[in-house]
Amino acid sequence: MQHDPNNHGGQHVSARPAVSAERVTKRFGQGTADVRALDEVSVSVARGEFFTLLGPSGCGKTTLLRCIAGFETPSAGRIHLNGKDITDEPPNRRRVNTVFQSYALFPHLTVAQNVAFGLEMMGKPRAEVSRTVDRMLALVRLDQLAARRPEALSGGQQQRVALARALAPQPEVLLLDEPLSALDLKLRKEMQSELKRLQHETGITFVFVTHDQEEALTMSDRIGVMSTGRLLQVGPPREIYNRPVNRFVADFIGETNFIPAMAQGGQVRLASGEVVGESAQAGPVTVAIRPEQIRLSEPGEVGGIPATVEGATYLGTDSHIHLRLKDGSPVVARVPSLPSAEPGPAPGSSVGLRVAPGAVQVLED
Amino acid sequence: MTSGAAEAAGLRRRTRAGWLLSTPALVLLAAGAAGPLLVVLVFSFLSQGEYGGVSLPFSGEAWFRIFLQRDIFDGTVSAADAHLAIFWRSVWISLATTLITFAMGLPTAWFIATRPPGQRSLWLFLITIPFWTNLLIRTFAIMEVIRNEGLLNTALLSLGVIDQPIQILFTDWATLIGTTYVYLPLMVLPLYAAIDRFDMRLLEAGYDLYASRWSVLRRVILPLVRPGIVAGCILVFIPSLGAYVTPRILGGGKNMMIGNFIELQFGQARNWPLGAALSMALMVVVMAALLVYVRVSAREGRDD
Repeated sequence: MQHDPNNHGGQHVSARPAVSAERVTKRFGQGTADVRALDEVSVSVARGEFFTLLGPSGCGKTTLLRCIAGFETPSAGRIHLNGKDITDEPPNRRRVNTVFQSYALFPHLTVAQNVAFGLEMMGKPRAEVSRTVDRMLALVRLDQLAARRPEALSGGQQQRVALARALAPQPEVLLLDEPLSALDLKLRKEMQSELKRLQHETGITFVFVTHDQEEALTMSDRIGVMSTGRLLQVGPPREIYNRPVNRFVADFIGETNFIPAMAQGGQVRLASGEVVGESAQAGPVTVAIRPEQIRLSEPGEVGGIPATVEGATYLGTDSHIHLRLKDGSPVVARVPSLPSAEPGPAPGSSVGLRVAPGAVQVLED
Repeated sequence: MTSGAAEAAGLRRRTRAGWLLSTPALVLLAAGAAGPLLVVLVFSFLSQGEYGGVSLPFSGEAWFRIFLQRDIFDGTVSAADAHLAIFWRSVWISLATTLITFAMGLPTAWFIATRPPGQRSLWLFLITIPFWTNLLIRTFAIMEVIRNEGLLNTALLSLGVIDQPIQILFTDWATLIGTTYVYLPLMVLPLYAAIDRFDMRLLEAGYDLYASRWSVLRRVILPLVRPGIVAGCILVFIPSLGAYVTPRILGGGKNMMIGNFIELQFGQARNWPLGAALSMALMVVVMAALLVYVRVSAREGRDD
């Protein structure tokens, strides 16, 4: 798998991946009733990379994370950490640490004792432990609260303690299991940039699990999109967004118009006859077009895909114009809102749609 | 009247009404707990009556005789070895009972607490089944198992493990087996309650942070289920210390514990003041142990 050239967070990208999974399968249950939580998933994460596993709940992303952490044993396949096969190592022998969704802070220990736990278990000398704890608490800006118990902290502060605790032992890979899902929107935004900063400052490889596509797009060097135990596509955010490999990825990430079309002789035509793209396939296909990639023709301008305006939704900066093509397919275009009262062309009027050739994706269904 | 003064008057009225309303409870406490204790305390400072009971004058003789004895002929004072042996037996059997029930109770409670929620009540129900049978009958049942011609010895003999029956009945070991059996549920139940509250996700956090199984037990599980451990140990240790039926039947007449010794004073020995003094002494020791524990754990709580 190619490493993302746009990686800004990565410190030193070496050829050997920090962590890799090879055809990892995880079955739960037995016999005919078994469920494949992971189905031959292969992925490798480069050192220093911010890698996100994205997918709806139940897609297997957390199971993959737990296989890397060692809480689940794969039914088949191997997991390598820094080139070493760790598939059969217990969690306490793996140089990875986890930030749990529930934080799982030790309630009987203070903030400083929580952060010190991993270091003490590794047998680090006392002086080094206290030095590292101080440094970690400063890193997450909690030095004032070192003597507090977790119960006396806010959700955001507990989150930072969980981060400091997992970062303190300097793991090869930090695993983050939907760590921001319990926070409110404002705090979540803050923690997103905080996480990026921490990753940059520590240079540690992050494997981040989330179901929030926006979170994945803004934070990741690369994203792996998962569904029903399979890894569908791996790539940098731009690639995932602009070049989704199938309908699921296109639908899950951002908003998309799906329009039925026909591929023949290398060209893809809509039902109304316009050529919108190219494809080597033949037969019925689906084309995906992002709403913001559609431009409405100006009055008097000729050409474009003919459509009828059905209505508009005001979104603030932009407006959604709801349109219908001649073959009856609904299409949404996202256009900048005008300062005038009217959000766009009047319902019932005919317009032409213009789409840049590169903005049309021909998808296998 | 200012509002502050009005408020104060209202508070006084409410306080007075509160005291009035709690009178029934206070009367019960006084009659049921403080009264009998006072009687025992007074008895312990009286003289031995001729046919049991107590008589005047007031005397410290009973308290003196708990630990010391005076030679009938020359009046020399020495330690009451027979009494000390009984105290020692009570203490070690109670401590051993507490340790054994804890060692057996922790895995049992853990097992129950980690079952699916629907099954837990069934397991708890099974734990409480022995309570349905009278203690005396259960104790005789143990006797049937451990006596020389009993189940255990017959089985071991027929398997060829031993040539002669092992004498367990009428020894301290028999008493220990009995107290362990009787008090095990009292250890399991509070431990279960504490483990049930324990967040199992913390185990993963522990393993994730390089802790071995042993370290997770010592550094994560034990500190968090400590309230249950303390409750279980108190619930087992205190009644063991005062056990009566078990040492009487399984330990035989000679291997007395404090409970039997106190009964002896009120019965055959007809020395009520000594019995009363022993009862008070036992209570004071238990209270002191509890107080020390509360102090220590409060200090640890602050230090952590």
